[in-house]
Amino acid sequence: MNKIKSLDDLRKMKQSLEHGMNIREKSNSPESLVQIRVAMATCGIAAGARTIMNTLIEKIEKEKIPAVVTQGGCMGYCYAEPTLEVRVPGKDPVVFGNVDTQVAIDILDKYVLNGELLDGIIPTNYLTINEQK
Amino acid sequence: MAQYKMHLLVCAGTGCRASQSDEIIVNLKEEIKKQGLESDAQVVATGCFGFCEKGPIVKILPDNTFYTQVKPEDCAEIISEHVLKGRRVNRLLYEDPETLKHIEDSKHMGFYQKQLRISLRNCGFIDPENIDEYIARDGYAAIGKILTEMTQSEAIDEIKKSGLRGRGGGGFPTGLKWEIASKNKADQKYVVCNADEGDPGAFMDRSILEGDPHSIIEAMAICGYCIGASKGLVYIRAEYPLAIKRLQIAIEQAREYGLLGEAILGTDFAFDIELKFGAGAFVCGEETALIHSMEGHRGEPTVKPPFPAEKGYLGKPTNVNNVETFASVPAIFLKGASWFASIGTEKSKGTKVFALAGKINNVGLIEVPMGITLREVIFEIGGGIKNGKKFKAVQTGGPSGGCLTEKHLDTPIDFDNLLAAGSMMGSGGMIVMDEDDCMVSVAKFYLEFTVEESCGKCAPCRIGNKRLHEILEKICAGKGTEDDLTYLGNLSLVIKDTSLCGLGQTSPNPVLSTLEHFHDEYLSHVRERVCVAGMCKALKLYTIISDKCTGCTACIRACPVNAITGEKRQPHVIDVDKCIRCGACYDKCKFTAIHVQ
Ligand SMILES: Cc1cc2nc3c(=O)[nH]c(=O)nc-3n(C[C@H](O)[C@H](O)[C@H](O)COP(=O)(O)O)c2cc1C
Repeated sequence: MNKIKSLDDLRKMKQSLEHGMNIREKSNSPESLVQIRVAMATCGIAAGARTIMNTLIEKIEKEKIPAVVTQGGCMGYCYAEPTLEVRVPGKDPVVFGNVDTQVAIDILDKYVLNGELLDGIIPTNYLTINEQK
Repeated sequence: MAQYKMHLLVCAGTGCRASQSDEIIVNLKEEIKKQGLESDAQVVATGCFGFCEKGPIVKILPDNTFYTQVKPEDCAEIISEHVLKGRRVNRLLYEDPETLKHIEDSKHMGFYQKQLRISLRNCGFIDPENIDEYIARDGYAAIGKILTEMTQSEAIDEIKKSGLRGRGGGGFPTGLKWEIASKNKADQKYVVCNADEGDPGAFMDRSILEGDPHSIIEAMAICGYCIGASKGLVYIRAEYPLAIKRLQIAIEQAREYGLLGEAILGTDFAFDIELKFGAGAFVCGEETALIHSMEGHRGEPTVKPPFPAEKGYLGKPTNVNNVETFASVPAIFLKGASWFASIGTEKSKGTKVFALAGKINNVGLIEVPMGITLREVIFEIGGGIKNGKKFKAVQTGGPSGGCLTEKHLDTPIDFDNLLAAGSMMGSGGMIVMDEDDCMVSVAKFYLEFTVEESCGKCAPCRIGNKRLHEILEKICAGKGTEDDLTYLGNLSLVIKDTSLCGLGQTSPNPVLSTLEHFHDEYLSHVRERVCVAGMCKALKLYTIISDKCTGCTACIRACPVNAITGEKRQPHVIDVDKCIRCGACYDKCKFTAIHVQ
């Protein structure tokens, strides 16, 4: 183990360590962050939700986007998987369907960072599988 | 540090470990491996979350899911459902006692909503055995800033400006204490951390040491720099093995990183820390007794002055602070004195940690801003009184404190208000009582403790407290008189005025405050020989309601002293003189035919 020889060393060390704690720091103040919930039930996973989730997390980390990614259960839109729900503080949640890697990146760049709407939003008057029954 | 998508925080404090949290940690790790999720999820053993009532706790981030009363066999389901498929395991979620709904996100729990965590900022958040996690949260940045940017007096001024007062009981201004110690010249000075924590039911300091030991190390080093000491000592009771272990690990890690030892962070400041173990005597928490105990002498107090700041450990200037006091110090330097001073009341700044206990729904460890009311603490954070009973009193300040009642519920909690109300902040024990608690017995309980813990050096404390206890026993046994009540009050005042140290000077407080606020209850004990709470056995009168008695003989068989007689299918009778008021008949009777008065 290396000694920390100066305040500078300590600061550098902190910087290299803090990304490992980011998830924890973020969940400490979720209200102020964009929350993205990826549907990770069997249907979602089968449709590639795990890759989507990884893409989101990597980009958020790299670009320090104030967002946190969580996983959720089946939202009932099995026909549109992978789906994800985005909650921007102060706005109604929006659900995106048929998300692929490119759409995931667009969601971050356009919707989260710039507030532009995108194709692929599942309108709220759509029925979930449960409601259709 | 590796990047995980999910962090599973498991409480590994003394409380949750007692209910198998160690096994839970092992099982979670195994399941993660089994299901191939090693690069996705990380299991972290943390300090106390405070919600001890419902431990063991597993908290999953980033979604703040709060699982309570988890068992080792629940781990497979948590991993396969929650971690793999994103489905919460509903049966393990905390259920709101009022709405009976499952609460998914701990941010929405009444228990946490009014809390503000400064001293406990890292408890239940980081792995206390991993210095890297402390550093990642700005650990040791405060000492770094002070060593490179501030003079000793500037740093002391910062603490003075913050308004921080000692959390060990007395509430002495910390900055002033440091200033006095810094001005006393000597070839060697000492920084002592008081981790004796002897109040019955208190576990604030233990939880901080178990959950965030580095914050204490850092704060002691800061204090060392400010007062000009290169040696630190932690006086900790040997009954805290886990806190000791975590502290030892932390000291070792800090040394390896060069954060303790010579030339810290490349400056000429040197500081190191040694542990001293106490045998668990309440009086050894008193600072002069503590110092004598550390020196290898009997743990007995001496008259102040001289204060430790002049002549302390080995006769050298010594600054003694409590664990919780130290725990707020790094935060003050990181966020600024004015931030700290903006929290709390006019004369009590910042937050206070309390150990909530007694007849309350949410037993646990809480940290709240000074100035919060007892009502908020008991009914909102604490979730109200157990089993829908009625609130009667709350005891603060442990054996040195007093009982507060209904009429104090809306008093803002701070050092001065509690004193004015006849109690004190003390170190932070808070025991809630309901209608079934007899206040004479409560006073007796605390006196029992003081009698046991008095070191015996001075007569008022050694003999006086014993007498107080005897009178209280007499009253509870139904043999007290009204004169006894006057005598109790007078003797209490004499003990307070004439005792050598803080122990005797405060030990009559539980008697005085109950005498004042619950005088009627004392009176009914001595006049009518009735204990309204029904706690004093000797004052209970058991009789059989002959209309209800079916003559089943169950009570006759249950009575250990053969005080009940009667024929089969004929009403039985209790011989009042023989009866020892054990209640066995009452518990056995299926027809509610036993009447208790
Ligand atoms: C009988 C008695 C017991 C005490 N026990 C403790 C204790 O367990 N922990 C503690 O920090 N202070 C205890 N104190 C207070 C200490 O004497 C001292 O005031 C305190 O450690 C100073 O630290 P602070 O200014 O940070 O509060 C006790 C005092 C008395 C009279």
